[in-house]
Amino acid sequence: MSELPDVRTPVHVLTGFLGSGKTTLLKALLADPALSETAVVINEFGEIALDHLLVREVSEGAVVLRNGCVCCSIRTDLQETLRDLQAKRAEGAVPPFARVILETTGLADPLPIVATLLADPVLRHQFRLGTVVASVDAVNGLSQLDTQPESVKQAAIADRLVLTKTDLLSDRAGPERLDALRWRLAQINATAPILQAVQGAGISHEIFGADLSHAEGRRQEVDHWLAAESRLRSDESPVHRHAHDHDGTVRSFSLRFTEPMDWTVFGVWLTMLLHRHGDRILRVKGLLNIAGADAPVVIHGVQQIVHAPVHLDAWPDSCTDSRLVFIVDGLDPALIERSLRAFLRLGQQPAANAA
Amino acid sequence: MCGLCGIIGGEAHWTDRAGNAGAIGNADLTRRRERQQRVSLVNRVLAPSRLKISDWNNAFILRGPTGKQAMVDVLAHVWQPAEQLAGRPLDPLDPALLVALENGE
Repeated sequence: MSELPDVRTPVHVLTGFLGSGKTTLLKALLADPALSETAVVINEFGEIALDHLLVREVSEGAVVLRNGCVCCSIRTDLQETLRDLQAKRAEGAVPPFARVILETTGLADPLPIVATLLADPVLRHQFRLGTVVASVDAVNGLSQLDTQPESVKQAAIADRLVLTKTDLLSDRAGPERLDALRWRLAQINATAPILQAVQGAGISHEIFGADLSHAEGRRQEVDHWLAAESRLRSDESPVHRHAHDHDGTVRSFSLRFTEPMDWTVFGVWLTMLLHRHGDRILRVKGLLNIAGADAPVVIHGVQQIVHAPVHLDAWPDSCTDSRLVFIVDGLDPALIERSLRAFLRLGQQPAANAA
Repeated sequence: MCGLCGIIGGEAHWTDRAGNAGAIGNADLTRRRERQQRVSLVNRVLAPSRLKISDWNNAFILRGPTGKQAMVDVLAHVWQPAEQLAGRPLDPLDPALLVALENGE
C-alpha cells in the first residue's frame, strides 16, 4: 500500500546553542548552490555577512540570495513571519521555495515554537515539521556537553547532528577527540546520523534531503533507527549501562516485541504517556508490526508531537518484530517497558464489564 | 493547547485511523467498533481513579465519582480533564496503576 506523499512545505529546524558552530553551519548552507528553493528564517541579518551573497531585497527583512534562497529575519514573531513568507510565495514576490529552514535561538527549546506554528489554522495546511538539526562544535563539543545540560537535550532531540569546525582539529589528538565526541553523541542519541560540515562542501542534501514524507527517504530513515535499536540491544551489558549515566538523565533505549501489536492499545498508551511525560520523552522512533496490517507502521514522535503514522511498503528484512527507540530524560526505561506490556496485556483480555 | 497533543498531518488525530483510507490494523474493523474498543480500554485505565468515560453523540462524557462531568471531544484528549476530575496526575508509569492493571482490577 502506498502512502500519499505529504506535499506540505517542510519546516526544518536548525538548533545549536551558543558556540556550537550554528552560525558557521548556517553560513555554509546559505552559500550552498544546492540549497536553492529554500526559505531560511534567521534571528537577525546582522549575524551573518550576507552582502556578497545578496541578489536583491524583497522587502525589509527579506532578501534573495545568489543561490536562489530567500532569507528573512524574524520581525515580529515567527507566526507572522511564516504567514508573510507564505503570502509572498503565493503572490510570486519570492522564488517558490520548497522548504523552510528555521534557525532557533541557542537555548530555546524549539518544539513548543514549532507546535505553536503548526496549531495555526493557516500555517498548518501549508507547512509541516521537517528535520531537526543540531550543530555541535567538534573542538569544544565534549566540554559543552559537560557544562550545558541544554546542549545534551538539543543533541537528544535532533534528527541530524552536524559536527562543525572539524578543520580546526589539527593537532594529533584531533581524531581521538572526534571519536570520543561521536561516541558520546551516539550514547545520547542513538538514531541521529552524525554528519560533518566540511568547509565549502555542500551537505544540505544529507541534512535535509531525505525524510519520512517520501517513500525513499522513509526507508533510509527507518534503516537508521533499526540499526540503532540493534546496537542498543547489544549495548545493554552492565559495563555499558554504567556509561549511560554519563550525561545525567538523558539516554536512548530500545524496546522490541515479537507479537503483533494492537494499534488501539498502543495509541491509548502513547497518548497517556506523552500527556504526562511528553517533555521528557524527547524522541520516539519505531517500526511497528500492527495486528491486522501487512505493512509495518512507522512511528515518529518528538516530545508531545507525534507525526501522522505512515507505512513502509514492506518490511526491510525478514524480521517482523516491532522495534522502538526512545530517547528520554530522567525516566526509567524498565518502567516504560513494563507500562507498555501491561497495557498490551490489558488489550488482550476481554473487558470485565461492558464499557 | 491542541497543537502540542500531536495533531500534525491533518484534522484526524494520529491515533484515529480505523475506517480511513490508510487504515492501520484491522481494516475490516468499523470505526464504531474501534471507538468502542478504545473507550473500553480507557475505562479500564481510569477505573482505579473511579472515573468513567462514555460515548455521547460524536464526543464523550467523562464522569467522576462525585458526579462531576466533563465533555471530551477526542478520546486522546481525555487525560487532561481526567486528571482534573481525579484531582491528581494520571501516570502510566505509576507503579500503583501498573499493579492494578496487571492484577486485572
